[in-house]
Amino acid sequence: MKKIQIRLKNRNSLIEFIAERFIQIIALTSLAFILGIFYFVFQESFWAFKQINEKTRKEDTRKYYKISDESNMNDYSTEDDELRPEKYPPEKTNNNEYLNTKSDSLKLKPFNTLEEAKNISLHRYSMGQEKPIKFDDLFKPNDVIEGEQVFIWQPISTEPKYNILPLIFGSFKVSAIGILIAFPISIMAALFTIAFAPKWLREIIKPIVEILAGFPTVVIGFFCLTVLSGYFEELFNTQLRLNAFLGGVGLSIVIIPIVYTLIEDSLYIVPKHLSEASLALGANKWQTAYKVLLPAASPGVFAAFLLGFGRAFGETMIALMITGNAAVITLNLFDSVRTMAATIGSEMAEVEYRSIHYGVLFIVGSVLFIITFSLNALAEFIFRKKLIKKFRGY
Amino acid sequence: MKEIKIRIESLSVSYGTKPAIKNISLNIARNQVTALIGPSGCGKTTFLKTINRLNDFNDKIRISGKVYIDDLDIYSKNVNITELRKKTGMIFQKSNPFPKSIFDNVAYGPRVNGVTNREELYDIVKSCLMKAALWEEVENNLYDSALKLSGGQQQRVCIARALAVNPEILLMDEPASALDPLSTARIEELIMELKKNYTIVIVTHNMQQAARVSDMTAYLYMGELIEFDKTRKIFTNPSKKQTEDYITGRYG
Amino acid sequence: MLWQNLFSEKNSLKNFEVIELINKFKIFLFVFLFLIILITFGGLLNLIFNNSIALIAYILIVSIIIVIIKKKKTNLFHVITENTFIILTSLSSLVVISFVIYILTYIFIIGSQHITWEFLTSNPTEGLTSGGIFPAIVGTAFLVIIMSIAGIPVGTITAVYITEYAKENSLFSKIVRFSVNSLAGVPPIVFGLFGLGFFIGIVGKQIDNREIISKYNNINTMFLQSDSPFYKDNQANPREVISFFKSLKNDYSFETIEALEGLVLKGEYKNYNLEFYIEYLKERERPKWGQPALIWAALTMALFTLPLVIISVEEAIKAIPPELKEASYSLGATKLQTIIKVVLPGAVNGILTGGILAVSRGAGEVAPILFTGVAMYLPDLPDSLSSQFMELGYHIYVLATQSINVELTKPIQYATTFVLLVLTFTLNFTAIFIRSKTRNKFNRES
Repeated sequence: MKKIQIRLKNRNSLIEFIAERFIQIIALTSLAFILGIFYFVFQESFWAFKQINEKTRKEDTRKYYKISDESNMNDYSTEDDELRPEKYPPEKTNNNEYLNTKSDSLKLKPFNTLEEAKNISLHRYSMGQEKPIKFDDLFKPNDVIEGEQVFIWQPISTEPKYNILPLIFGSFKVSAIGILIAFPISIMAALFTIAFAPKWLREIIKPIVEILAGFPTVVIGFFCLTVLSGYFEELFNTQLRLNAFLGGVGLSIVIIPIVYTLIEDSLYIVPKHLSEASLALGANKWQTAYKVLLPAASPGVFAAFLLGFGRAFGETMIALMITGNAAVITLNLFDSVRTMAATIGSEMAEVEYRSIHYGVLFIVGSVLFIITFSLNALAEFIFRKKLIKKFRGY
Repeated sequence: MKEIKIRIESLSVSYGTKPAIKNISLNIARNQVTALIGPSGCGKTTFLKTINRLNDFNDKIRISGKVYIDDLDIYSKNVNITELRKKTGMIFQKSNPFPKSIFDNVAYGPRVNGVTNREELYDIVKSCLMKAALWEEVENNLYDSALKLSGGQQQRVCIARALAVNPEILLMDEPASALDPLSTARIEELIMELKKNYTIVIVTHNMQQAARVSDMTAYLYMGELIEFDKTRKIFTNPSKKQTEDYITGRYG
Repeated sequence: MLWQNLFSEKNSLKNFEVIELINKFKIFLFVFLFLIILITFGGLLNLIFNNSIALIAYILIVSIIIVIIKKKKTNLFHVITENTFIILTSLSSLVVISFVIYILTYIFIIGSQHITWEFLTSNPTEGLTSGGIFPAIVGTAFLVIIMSIAGIPVGTITAVYITEYAKENSLFSKIVRFSVNSLAGVPPIVFGLFGLGFFIGIVGKQIDNREIISKYNNINTMFLQSDSPFYKDNQANPREVISFFKSLKNDYSFETIEALEGLVLKGEYKNYNLEFYIEYLKERERPKWGQPALIWAALTMALFTLPLVIISVEEAIKAIPPELKEASYSLGATKLQTIIKVVLPGAVNGILTGGILAVSRGAGEVAPILFTGVAMYLPDLPDSLSSQFMELGYHIYVLATQSINVELTKPIQYATTFVLLVLTFTLNFTAIFIRSKTRNKFNRES
């Protein structure tokens, strides 16, 4: 007569408990990081607006001690330029130069030793003549050229100007060119793959596009820079070799795989009986595609458009390499532009930690973040909601 | 009068607000086959899962009433669930061997419970496969993937796997529904063999199978127990009209 | 009857094996075909793309071929619209395919010419205009390895948590799902910002601060000893302090002495008090962890690829039939045992695929490491987690945009691109290969 034994929770469940806690902790930490990025990028932007008391005090200190060259010092510098990795293979610094700066900076008047040492320690924060900016400064016109009010982005100068409109415009311009080139090509290629191509051809085209998706963006930028820029220069007789159009073409190479894959997937899951019904009524393949397939796949098409645009908007390396990096607002296709991502990429390495410029770059980053995030969220929203709605009837 | 293995008192189970089982009281005797018949979707699988507490994974489940196995309330707080599940082996409707070798499938249970000795495992696997009447067919390819076997063989692997943890009760949810008649016959033979040592509860929508195989039969309809009696009686002379309607095919 | 059954079972198994074999080699067949197409088309396309007239002629020829192949239709309207449609769409596909082949052949042909064993194993010289790319390869390898060690386990565990432990349909899991999916689309440079501001600016700084505090506690203690120049009157001049440090022979004496030389220039015999020296020396401390470093770049990349890994593993776990988990539980396994013995082995393909794709993106994306650790030129290989490193992608960028002599560096640029592409493609193909093996994993052949 067997009976089931009562056993109280034994040691095994202790291991279970610990393991579960461990998994929970790691997972929650990684999720916290993911959410933390949102918060953190915004928080660091505030350094652009911050008024530190030391700042004003430092300005006085500076004037008093005639520390002029310190404004070039940033957090990562040392006295020996040789050891700064950003520089070329080692250059010899002129020892005399070194002497001069140091003795200039420590030219003395009578003072309290501790104060002096502490003042030197304020090098860690901004030493520049920067005054904190106000939010409007980012958007208001801040210079006059030929009688017209213009928006200038010029962070490195005696009077830094931080208008971000040229940057937003730049990103927008190249992404728009990119998506305008890429979208028709991708959608037609997708239609071909689904509506016309025999099965074996589909198995060839799809992997090739996936290969394109796997290209590192540096390589695409490199290729456009070395090969395509010269080619376009001849073809279109442009004045500037690196311009927005070239940037758009480069971006379109990145956009095509994304848009193609999404649209192709959306077309693929449209139930066959819909197109069969259309063909049975005497429509040809073009009409079927245009009137039945595409409308049925429209959420996917919209989502693809948004996602492709979003991807191009945030692309850094290609923009850095081939857009010419001039922050101007024009409608000419063949002028240079400067995108937000490229600005961050090129200027962040040289900026001083927690200076005004640093804060403004973070603001640019936040704006970039908001825009791409909204595009993604919108795409996901449309895709989910409309797709579910569309297929509920089937 | 056979001794009672599982005693169910006023069991009611609902998913959220939808009731699946309404106030069932039932006694399942030891070393006998008890069949549960009734139209699909009337709570039979839920009933089985209540006995081995597999329902616990569903958040929306509400259970009231009592289930006693060997006079032990299995829903009381100090019951070790993994022990409970070892004592109540389950065979599922669609055979679900792990994507591992036949040997590893049957040895899974013992391994998970701490048996690591290779020889011991081999003995267990061999004896269970023999009990499941599968040993001769697979003894030469024990280390091949279990997914390569036919449906009937896979189901027998699952039975061997369940036997390997030394249960006392076997809960079978339509074990032969996905199988061809030949395999079904073999499984039924197996059940008749196994009942000598195990208490078996089998859910089936195949009434002939219930008639062939079981000692006691319960007829469930929409979560309610309509009639519970010796199989012979249910199928030749049921007390309730509802039962008779179902059995003669007038309904369901 | 039974005997016949067994016999037919065995036969069908044989056919199936043959088909399986063909399926396995399909990938290799494809690669082989692809290479052939590459070589033949590549040469042709190079000619065509360089010459606009040839391009137009190419389009016309293709259009004519397509029109000839299509069957005749009765309705003229149909003929025009459908054929136009076919021409346009097939041309688009052709454009895309040709372009891919074009880029690949161009880079492979020019790049492979410059690849020698020496190139791959030696350092760059003469301002990056000649020599090899060995440090870049090593740097990329380190980056990728550390990134994987940090990212893949964490991503897997998070995915396991999301699917197995967190309650379905709760607010929590909705938030999680939403953030992971959205974060997958955030531009990589934003991650770089996070790396700079958080890892370097906060975590790195903290570590440095702690080290500085303990180091200067030591120095303070030393200054209070009897043989220090401060013992008598809490004042000393730089010369004395320097000779004090020289006598100590600590591992940080050298840097401290260097820093003090600056004071010497002002006045060798000018006296300052102890606190001044401490502040002054603290000031000259070079940040070790609070600056761009290998570890921070790797962590930033790990964070960047984390959503990818999580989504990949999550999908793999969801593809496991729930009956397997039920079977495991019904045999008395605990949740942890089920996860280790059934879920993880079942999801291993997804983990591998996700990991490999993450690694591939990590090797290719340059944006997040631009200011979190990479350097243009370093004389030595990175020797600790806090050193900077060179990287293949960044090397290409630097050579293409900032080299002093673009003509000289062109072959190096192509060769480096070639190496990077080979790396990326090998990884991607491996991932595809693994993914194709998953398709039949849970299939029951009966």
